[in-house]
This record gives sequence, C-alpha cells and structure tokens, in this order.
Amino acid sequence: MYGSGLLKSLKVTWDRFWVTYTEDISWWLRGKKRYNTLEGVAHRSSKDTKGIFTVQYPEEQLLLPEEARYIPFLVFNEGADGKKEVLCTSCGICAKVCPPQCIWIVRSNDAVTGRPVPEPTEFYIDADICMNCGFCAEYCPFDAIKMDHDFDIASYGRNIYNMEKLLKPSSYYQSIRPQNFKMEEEARKAKEAAKAAKAATAASAPAS
Amino acid sequence: MATAVLTQTVDLVARFPGMVSADTRPGFTGFIVNKENLVEVAASLRDEFGYDLLTAVTAVDYIAENKMEVVYHAYKTTGGGGLAFKVQVDRVDPIEVPSLVNIWAGVDFQEREAWDLFGIKFTGHPDLRRILMWEGFEGHPMRKDWKEPFFEEETKPFKSRWPEGKHTFAEQKNPFRDNLNFPKDFDPEKYVVDKEEDLYLSLERDTMKDIDGNMKTDHIVVNMGPHHPSTHGVLRVAVQLDGETIIGLKPVMGYLHRNHDKIGERNTYLQNIPYTDRLDYFNSMSNNFGYVTTVEKLMKIPVAERAEYIRVIMAELTRIQNHLVFIGMLMNDLGTMYTPSLYAFEERELILDIFEAVSGARMMCNYFRFGGVVRDIPDDVLQKIKDLVLERIPAKTDEMERFLNDNEILGARLKGIHVLNAEDAVRYSVTGPVLRAAGVPYDIRRADPYSVYDRFDFDVAVRHNGDMMDNYLIRFDEIRQSLRILEQAIKQMPQGPINSQKPAYQVRVPAGEAYGRVESPKGELGFYLVSNGKPNPYRYHVRPASFVNLTAIESICIGTKIADFVALLAMLDIVMGELDR
Repeated sequence: MYGSGLLKSLKVTWDRFWVTYTEDISWWLRGKKRYNTLEGVAHRSSKDTKGIFTVQYPEEQLLLPEEARYIPFLVFNEGADGKKEVLCTSCGICAKVCPPQCIWIVRSNDAVTGRPVPEPTEFYIDADICMNCGFCAEYCPFDAIKMDHDFDIASYGRNIYNMEKLLKPSSYYQSIRPQNFKMEEEARKAKEAAKAAKAATAASAPAS
Repeated sequence: MATAVLTQTVDLVARFPGMVSADTRPGFTGFIVNKENLVEVAASLRDEFGYDLLTAVTAVDYIAENKMEVVYHAYKTTGGGGLAFKVQVDRVDPIEVPSLVNIWAGVDFQEREAWDLFGIKFTGHPDLRRILMWEGFEGHPMRKDWKEPFFEEETKPFKSRWPEGKHTFAEQKNPFRDNLNFPKDFDPEKYVVDKEEDLYLSLERDTMKDIDGNMKTDHIVVNMGPHHPSTHGVLRVAVQLDGETIIGLKPVMGYLHRNHDKIGERNTYLQNIPYTDRLDYFNSMSNNFGYVTTVEKLMKIPVAERAEYIRVIMAELTRIQNHLVFIGMLMNDLGTMYTPSLYAFEERELILDIFEAVSGARMMCNYFRFGGVVRDIPDDVLQKIKDLVLERIPAKTDEMERFLNDNEILGARLKGIHVLNAEDAVRYSVTGPVLRAAGVPYDIRRADPYSVYDRFDFDVAVRHNGDMMDNYLIRFDEIRQSLRILEQAIKQMPQGPINSQKPAYQVRVPAGEAYGRVESPKGELGFYLVSNGKPNPYRYHVRPASFVNLTAIESICIGTKIADFVALLAMLDIVMGELDR
C-alpha cells in the first residue's frame, strides 16, 4: 500500500521520541539522576544508551579517557624545599620531532665550565600552531613533556606558552594519567635496580 | 611482493621495442615510455593488456637531473597488481606531454593538477586550466625551486628551534618582501578577479553540442558555493541551466588548498602521519593506514601481527562511522533535516569514543606508526568494541534501514536519478562504493589485498543500477560486511607486541619509490612516495578518492534537475579536506 513506508518511518521516530520519556522516568523511579551526574554521562556514552543522547556542555562534560591529549606541558618534581626539579634536559628531541615546529627551546652553557646546562633556560610552545599530535610526549626519553587534558583554553589573544605556564607538578600528571604514571615509575625502578645490580657485580668482580 | 611479480609479467620492452625501456634506477619499478609513443602505448595497455583503471597520475621534479617525470599507475578492474609507467621530459619550459584524457577520462583533473602544480602542459587536454591554485597565480608550487611565504628552510626540523629557540611569529616576517612571487603589475588593492571567463567558456564548449538546432533559448549560469550550505564545505560549482535542467557543470575547487604535498616534502617521514589525519578528516585511521603502508613498503619492514589486526579493526570501525554519516548527510541534502543525521551521529560518537580511548583524539587520531601502532587496545576498550560490533551497531543499522528504506518519498528522490553506468565509472577512474554501486565488484581489500585482509571471509558489496538508490543501499551492505570483518578480526587477534620496530623519531628509508593504496571508505586512497635516502621524502603525493571521483560529476548530472544536484554531491561522498589538500 502506498504510504505504508512513510508510516514505518514515522513509527521509528515515534518510538525514539517516546523512549526519551520512558528512559527519564525509569531513572527517576529508580531514584537516580540522569543529568548533571557522572553516572548519567557515563551511561549516555555506553552501548546501552537510549533516549536523550546529548551531553550539555559546559554544565556536563564527556568523561575523558586517560589517553586523551591536548597541548603539552612540562613535568617537574617537587624538591625538598619547594624547588622545582625540571625533568627536561633540553636535548631538543621534542623540537625536532614536532610536525608543525611549534616548540622553541633555549639551552644555555655554564659560565664556568662552558658545558651545556641540562635545564632549559627558556621553553616556548606556540599553542596556536600545536596540532596536539602527541609526538613530543611519545618520543621524550626523560618523560619530561606530557600531553594535558585541559581543553578549555579559548582566548582572545595569541597563546604562546612559556616555561612558567608550561610547568606542572608530577602529582598533576599522576592525577590525569594514573596508569601511564604507574607504568613509567615501574620502568624507572626496574632500570635503577638493574643499574644497581650491575654496579654491585662490577664492584665485587675485582675483589674475587 | 605479489605486486612486483605481476608488474614484471607484462614485458612492455619486448612488445614495444625502441619505445619503452625498463626503469632500472635502484628501488624503482615499471617502465619509461618515450614521450612520442605515450598515447600508442597507453591505448594498447588499456585494450590489449586490460589495464582499464588508471588510478593515479602525478609528476616528480628531478631538478638535479634537469628532468620532469610524469608517473602513471594503471590497474585492472579484475584485480591484481598494478603497472607503473613514466614519461621523462627535459625540465625546460614549455614542458609538454601528450594528454591521455581520450584513453582514460579519469586523468582529466589529475592532469590539470599536474599542470597547476608542476607546469606540465598536457597537449590535447580539452580544458587545461588551473585547478587548485587561483587563476592568475604565478609559478608552479610543487617545483623544487618554488618557495612558499614564510619559507624558513628546505626541510624540517628547522635549525632555529633548538638550541637557541627564541619564539617569533611567522606573520611578522613581511610576506611581501622576497618570499612571494606576484605578477609584475600586481596590486592587491586593485585586484579584481577577471580570469573567470575561462571557466564560463569551458562550460559553453560542452553545452553547445547539446542545443544544436533547437529553439534558441537563453541559458543561465548559476554559481553554487563556495559557501552554499549544502556543498559539503567550500566547493563551488558553476552550473549552466536550461530552465531547471543542468546542461553544463564545472566544479571549482582549491578554496581549502594548503599544498599538502609540499608540506609533506618539508616534513620527515614520521611528521607526515598527523598531517594525513587532516586529509579526509572523517577517516583519519584509514589515512594513517594508507600512508604507513606505503612507507613500510619503501622501508621493507614487517608489521607486528597484533598490530595488523588492530589496524584492520580501526579501519573497519572508521568505515562504519563514515557510511553512517554518509547516510545521515544524504538525508540532510535531500531535505530531511537533522533527524536521520543525528541518529547516525549517535553511533558515530560511540565509535569516536573508542578512537579517543586508544589514540587520544576523536578525529585526528595519529594512531599508526611504521611497523605497528602507538599503543595496545586496553581491555575495557576491547570490550566496548565487542559490545558495539556484536550488539549495538547491527541493531541500529537494522533500525536505520527500517526507518528509511521503504519510505516512498526517499524512493522517489533516489530511484533512477544520477545513473552512472559501469563503463563510465571505470573510464572516469571512479573507485570505492560509487564504482561498486555501478556494478563493478572492485574492492582493493579483495582485488589487491594489503595488511591481513586476505584472511577474512567477506563479500565485496555490489549493486547493479548505479543510481542514487543503489549508492545509498550499498553503504548498508558495506556496513554489514565491515561488521563481519570486525567479528573475525576480534576473534582472531593474537597476543604479542604491537610494533615490530623500536620507537625512533627518525626513520631510515632507503632510496626508491612506492605506490601504496588502501580501500578507504570513499574509494582508493593512494600515496606515491619517492625517497632519496634522506630523512624527508623527495616526493610525497596523495591520490585522494573524492578528488578523482569528482571527475565523473559532469557526465553524471547533465540532463538532470538542479534540485537533485545537491544530493549528487552527497552520493559521491566528497570531503574538502581531501579534495583540496
């Protein structure tokens, strides 16, 4: 019959429309909040989601997975007397691997010995050029530069990030990427243990 | 390896003594054809040897040897490896090479591109205008001696970044000083676009023949775009109309052109991966796949077993979300605003969640590396992929079909409109779902398998009418086949390392050339690379599916109504990031 296809189409939209109400009511009956709660947002991005799908940014935000990446930052360890121990050694690998070439690093030499100082004198990232590819974090041999989760950075001016803006404590890194942090810590400890074992055998070898 | 063997079985040198010689440069394959004999050899390749699908035409500027080379890649629609043949000419203007547009109509836009970017005149080409750059632009930007504004160095990494990297703004360097070549009497204040006559003349040429002898009526030229809301981005089309009927049409593109190829030649091999994400921004995983496969071909390295399966899973998820969006956008263009497209976007968002969890970004994934992928799929994400592939997406695809397939209005808008027959589709080098909807079961995953696609049991989706309805229905067929592949890939995926290489920010690529291609959701996505052993590619060329598919647009829509034209753009599934590069 002509028009039956149209009715079939409308049946689908009708079902979809109706389920927005039944879904909300079923949450309400179970005494749960579907909106403005983590549970609600998580359910809306799961395979079982039905009804209203939209996440109302900025009141609600999608849950970021650990690997989510945005503009990089530099990691520092908090020293004993509040001193910032910057992990970066200004080796320049991030500046070399950067596809849009948005990293600028100033490395200076020690006034007395003339040898390069590990800690960078200045470190700039042009956040307007950065394409958030994550290569700098991936190829940094010192785990000194990492990708951030903070994506609300819209501003009126140009965004040139200097050392002051880029440095963030390792506790922050741990809070946004707990799995990665754990893995890196374990790898570092294993490496140190291997080094210590090697040193121990080297020390005992001439004695025997 | 299979490709190389098949290429050598065709002995062009014996068939055309004195006209063809084998390309013997180390790392290169194929044949070098004399310029004078090109048309003859090409015709016999098509008719005698059966290479009916010419997919890629591009040029390489060998400035040191003072040579310009045009490279052709021909394939058979019956499957198997390809055949590369080249023409070398002296690098002295005017550089002239005979056009092959009468043998393979699909070279039309690609020859125009080579003229635009390299300045190679294709003699016999009926409409040799610039295609990506603007009319009136001076110079040919892909030549090795051409420098872009804000030019800093030939290759990245730039020396000014480290160890004395004081930040500077690129725009503070005056672009009018010595970096940019303008015509001598050019004044940007007084410039008026006056080179458009060529465009309208080219319309006239094609339309005169149809109206011969008929009642004299006025035709009007309508410009759609570049900002028409339905033109899928900044595409402009100049349409000549007789009443409501289209009698001539020329697409005008390049509004999103950034010379991806030139950027690619400045970059190192690794740095190109995130740039390929930005070609067809709906399918960054497929773009990565194509590029990485080509570089691996050049480097001759194996890919970790587990990574091969992860790649296939990602590529097929990409295909599903692309086709869902295709269906939604087709409905948008037909006038069912937003309801179907937002139903499609729901499933797409769930797939993008997976991409974000494995790669860190929803659209610009940058997930593939030479020899494998960046990181393994976490267990919870694998579970989510299983849930989607086994439960949700099949159910939602069914719902979508229930929603739309039998709808009478949709049928009236799609059935029998914009028919592309199989012969024309092959002639115009159309690939992907559009070719298969026209009745040619040509899918690179089956015809010339790459990665581990030869291990899966799936059918090549094919339909036979070649109209809009078939183009719409074939997307559902392909989603179902992708789901089949995904089920098998998830089941068969072995444990193990995810990269066969050690992570290195500078890869060593031996000298040579490679043409790699994958079946992207929009068609054949090819990459042509020439390496000279240095850290940066000597030539980096992308053969985008939507650009070449657009070659057929004029022949499809002549004689149809202007109201259906917008839906044709949706049917060809073009995306400007890839089309304009």
